Amino acid sequence: MPDFDFAQPTTLDEALELFAGSGEIRALVGGTDIVDQLKTGRRNADLVVDVKRIPELQRLEVTGDGLHIGAARSCTDVGEFPAVRSDYRSLAESAMLIGSWQIQNRAGVGGNVCNAAPSGDTIPPLLVHDATAVVASASGRREIALSDFFAGPGQTVLQKGEILVELVLPPIPDNSASAYLRFIPRNEMDIAVAGVGSFLQLDPSNNAVLKARIALASVAPTPLRARAAEEVLEGNVLTDELIEVAAEAAVGAATPITDVRGSAEYRRELVRVLTRRTLAICRDRING
Amino acid sequence: MKHISMTVNGDQHELLVDPGWTLLETLRDNLRLTGTKEGCSNGNCGACTVMIDGRTANSCLVLAAEMDGTEITTVEGIAKHGKLNPVQEAFIKDGALQCGFCTPGFIISATALLQRNPNPTEEEIRTRLAGNLCRCTGYDKIIMAVEDAAAMLRG
Ligand SMILES: Cc1cc2nc3c(=O)[nH]c(=O)nc-3n(C[C@H](O)[C@H](O)[C@H](O)COP(=O)(O)OP(=O)(O)OC[C@H]3O[C@@H](n4cnc5c(N)ncnc54)[C@H](O)[C@@H]3O)c2cc1C
Ligand code: FES
Ligand code: FES
Repeated sequence: MPDFDFAQPTTLDEALELFAGSGEIRALVGGTDIVDQLKTGRRNADLVVDVKRIPELQRLEVTGDGLHIGAARSCTDVGEFPAVRSDYRSLAESAMLIGSWQIQNRAGVGGNVCNAAPSGDTIPPLLVHDATAVVASASGRREIALSDFFAGPGQTVLQKGEILVELVLPPIPDNSASAYLRFIPRNEMDIAVAGVGSFLQLDPSNNAVLKARIALASVAPTPLRARAAEEVLEGNVLTDELIEVAAEAAVGAATPITDVRGSAEYRRELVRVLTRRTLAICRDRING
Repeated sequence: MKHISMTVNGDQHELLVDPGWTLLETLRDNLRLTGTKEGCSNGNCGACTVMIDGRTANSCLVLAAEMDGTEITTVEGIAKHGKLNPVQEAFIKDGALQCGFCTPGFIISATALLQRNPNPTEEEIRTRLAGNLCRCTGYDKIIMAVEDAAAMLRG
């Protein structure tokens, strides 16, 4: 392991002062990405700041403006939180997919977001629920739509000195549901070959789609929304044929690479299948 | 060096740790608790599984410096007053090990699972133990042992 200093601040102000310092300063939540990256020299650090003891980053509650997930909350905490299980089901599904139980107990949803892997499983569910990232530095706070948060593989738009404080997901409308599926060759413990999150809100009188969100993982340099597919759905009556057209449009948003986990062609086909399946699951969930 | 105070298997330890030391290294090399094993060192094999404040974790991905004020349970702390816990007994009875390298990690994960749910389905056992790899047994005897331990716990 390389040489670095370590700090464990207990207030946000104390933490932001540390992050305002010079050198390579890295936040640590579960450490399930960063500790291995430091060991193997893929990332370096002069100072590692454990942010788990900052109360704001441990927030997990529903208020009038929606669900607040502090950046240090673990996948286990989030996946087992009653409001997440009932209202943000795709997020619960993805949090319980990450690694193993041991990993989920430590790994943060915020850590998954800040690590910014194209395959980050919690990211499509957060995108389909229109999550906002609340970030802070010593010079102030700002909010970033999560769809604008990713800059490339492992890259976010966070500036030097800025950290993620929490993710905020707006309240869900009536007659809506979300779902997340990923494809891996094993049942557990692997990185998604492709992942798709979907969200639908339907008009109960005529089954028309009032709002649609589709987001993809592992098929582009960053997780991303398939906006053309959302447009196909919105305003139209949800039929199997419409789902098929939307799935085709989602394939168009993917720019996958070929690697050991799968070819680009295979990944495109997975996007089609997983989009179709997640939309059908949303429909079933809405119709109870 | 950072000063930490952590409780391991009920005993409190005051330690000076280097920020780069993992919890696994500190348990094995400083505290000489070598029951916790190092397999992959990157979170995949589960040989290093311990409980931190009652939750399982891969100690190879945890920094010792993070542990100030926590309570750790390793495989050495599972037997109470010289009496094996039901998971340990069932592993012996069912022959759920061959080389034994993976066993401490499985004992910790299975114990944590049964603390939370004394009547898990086979699917739940397999899912909760998916982060523990075994190169020898083929898993069936391990699953059987966890089911037997669950039955013992339910009485
Ligand atoms: C065996 C194994 C299996 C895995 N399986 C999966 C999987 O199935 N799906 C998946 O998506 N991932 C998987 N991962 C990757 C990893 O577990 C997840 O990405 C996890 O959510 C990371 O969270 P963490 O809290 O451990 O992050 P950390 O390692 O603590 O941090 C990750 C990165 O984010 C930065 N960071 C953390 N918090 C903040 C903050 N508040 N502000 C700014 N930057 C911050 C850190 O500096 C670091 O660069 C796996 C990892 C392992 C070891
Ligand atoms: S040594 Fe920690 S998971 Fe393998
Ligand atoms: S008994 Fe040898 S690895 Fe499991």
